[in-house]
Amino acid sequence: MERQKAFQIDCIDNVATALMPLKSGKVSLSGNVTMPFVNAEENIPMGHKIALRDIGKEETIIKYGIVIGRAKRNITKGTWVHLHCMKSIYDERSSHMDAVTGVPEDIRYE
Amino acid sequence: MNLKEMHWRGYLRKNGSKGIRNKVLVIYTVECSSFVAKEIVRRTGNNDVEVIGFQGCTDNQYAVRLLIAMIRHPNVGAVLVIGLGCEYIQPKWLAEIAGKEDKFSNWMFIQKEGGTTKTINKGIKLVMEMLKQLQQMPQTDMTAEDLIIGAECGGSDYTSGLAGNTVVGCFYDSLIDAGGTAIFEEIVEAVGLDKFLETRGVNKQAKEEIRITYDKAMKYCRSVRQYSVSPGNFAGGLSSIEEKSMGAVAKSGTRPIQGVLKVSERPKHNGLWLLDTTPDPYWMQFGITNPNDNEGLTDLISCGSQMVFLVTGRGSVVGSAVAPCIKITGNSTTYKNLEDDIDFNAGPVLDGECTSTEIAQYLADLVEDVISGKLTKSEVLGHKEYYIPYKYQNKEVILPCRQ
Repeated sequence: MERQKAFQIDCIDNVATALMPLKSGKVSLSGNVTMPFVNAEENIPMGHKIALRDIGKEETIIKYGIVIGRAKRNITKGTWVHLHCMKSIYDERSSHMDAVTGVPEDIRYE
Repeated sequence: MNLKEMHWRGYLRKNGSKGIRNKVLVIYTVECSSFVAKEIVRRTGNNDVEVIGFQGCTDNQYAVRLLIAMIRHPNVGAVLVIGLGCEYIQPKWLAEIAGKEDKFSNWMFIQKEGGTTKTINKGIKLVMEMLKQLQQMPQTDMTAEDLIIGAECGGSDYTSGLAGNTVVGCFYDSLIDAGGTAIFEEIVEAVGLDKFLETRGVNKQAKEEIRITYDKAMKYCRSVRQYSVSPGNFAGGLSSIEEKSMGAVAKSGTRPIQGVLKVSERPKHNGLWLLDTTPDPYWMQFGITNPNDNEGLTDLISCGSQMVFLVTGRGSVVGSAVAPCIKITGNSTTYKNLEDDIDFNAGPVLDGECTSTEIAQYLADLVEDVISGKLTKSEVLGHKEYYIPYKYQNKEVILPCRQ
């Protein structure tokens, strides 16, 4: 199997970006890394985020060294971090989007 | 090649600015004269002859200011303005402004010239004469200190924040250090970054300008309950507007921000500037903030950018009138797929093949080639898009009165 890779932008980030579709197993990290590997606990789509450590409910999600949102529930290290478990601090609407397709679920189509 | 050591031959204009191209700009003042203007440009068949214009019959201060900014742009050496004859915008006045800038200029009303064919034929003759006159333009030495480069992103994906915008940020840092000027925009894509940007303001005035520009954009987003993030962005892995914003702001690099520019306003001095393209509050409401990528590029060029960067993740094919556009992607797959359109691939950074400093150096090499006359891919293909909408915007940032 091809070596799985993810990219950590800032050393204080608690998430990294998947550079390819990830499956459960070892993922090597590049960028400003704090550790060489993280273990993926589930499938994570390319371009999406993987938790680099356990993140508690209401804790901030950090990428680029800045806050990009808040955890809606406890997030386990190595799992997928997206709309299902984190939310924007500003944009209330985006937590009503489908986690996989991104389509809005708050507008009725009859 | 070090940006500080680079120098080129450029075209010196009366207002002191220096152009990297020497173009004839054909301007239509209303949709009714656009066909004739576009035909003159098409039939001339010269890459240095380009068209821009405004579609509305009723004029708009913002749009007129933008047309004037393009007339005064350093890449423009001659101007031909075409009107129909009954619209609000006055071709004669625009041609006179070009004349005052010592640029070759002329204007026509289609109604007076006797219709489509006569105006096109006369227009082609005028443009050919202008091209001949432009060949006599004296050239002057030009360094990074004379450069203004603008950047925006369109069709972002997860690579934009990791590679595409990062390489622009890295290049911007070296451009600023070499004494040049850089402009970045999209304040509605800086959500949550108010303190981050404010801290980067070079002085109290700059910090205040950033603050009120940010607050205005947030008021807009809150009032329409819509942020500049789309289903495609979420599907691609971005989870919030804050995350998308930091990816977008990465293109500004790390140097201090000198202040906020409005559309068509030239930077008062060299350094890094934030461009505000959001409409100002007015009786007509806010208008549309960010209608398409070409509006953003047109706005950056109106501030005097001799060259612009368009950073794309998913891919884009557009170019720009007046100033050449270098298209950059951080996505190697997109680059391979659109290699005829995209000028630069920053993807090797993500593939671990080189560092962001190295890739910024390659971008500097490409910038040098384009300033020296090499055509960008969009220039070769004839992509010369522009977009000038109705909008209400103040001429400069107005700070609230203090007691």
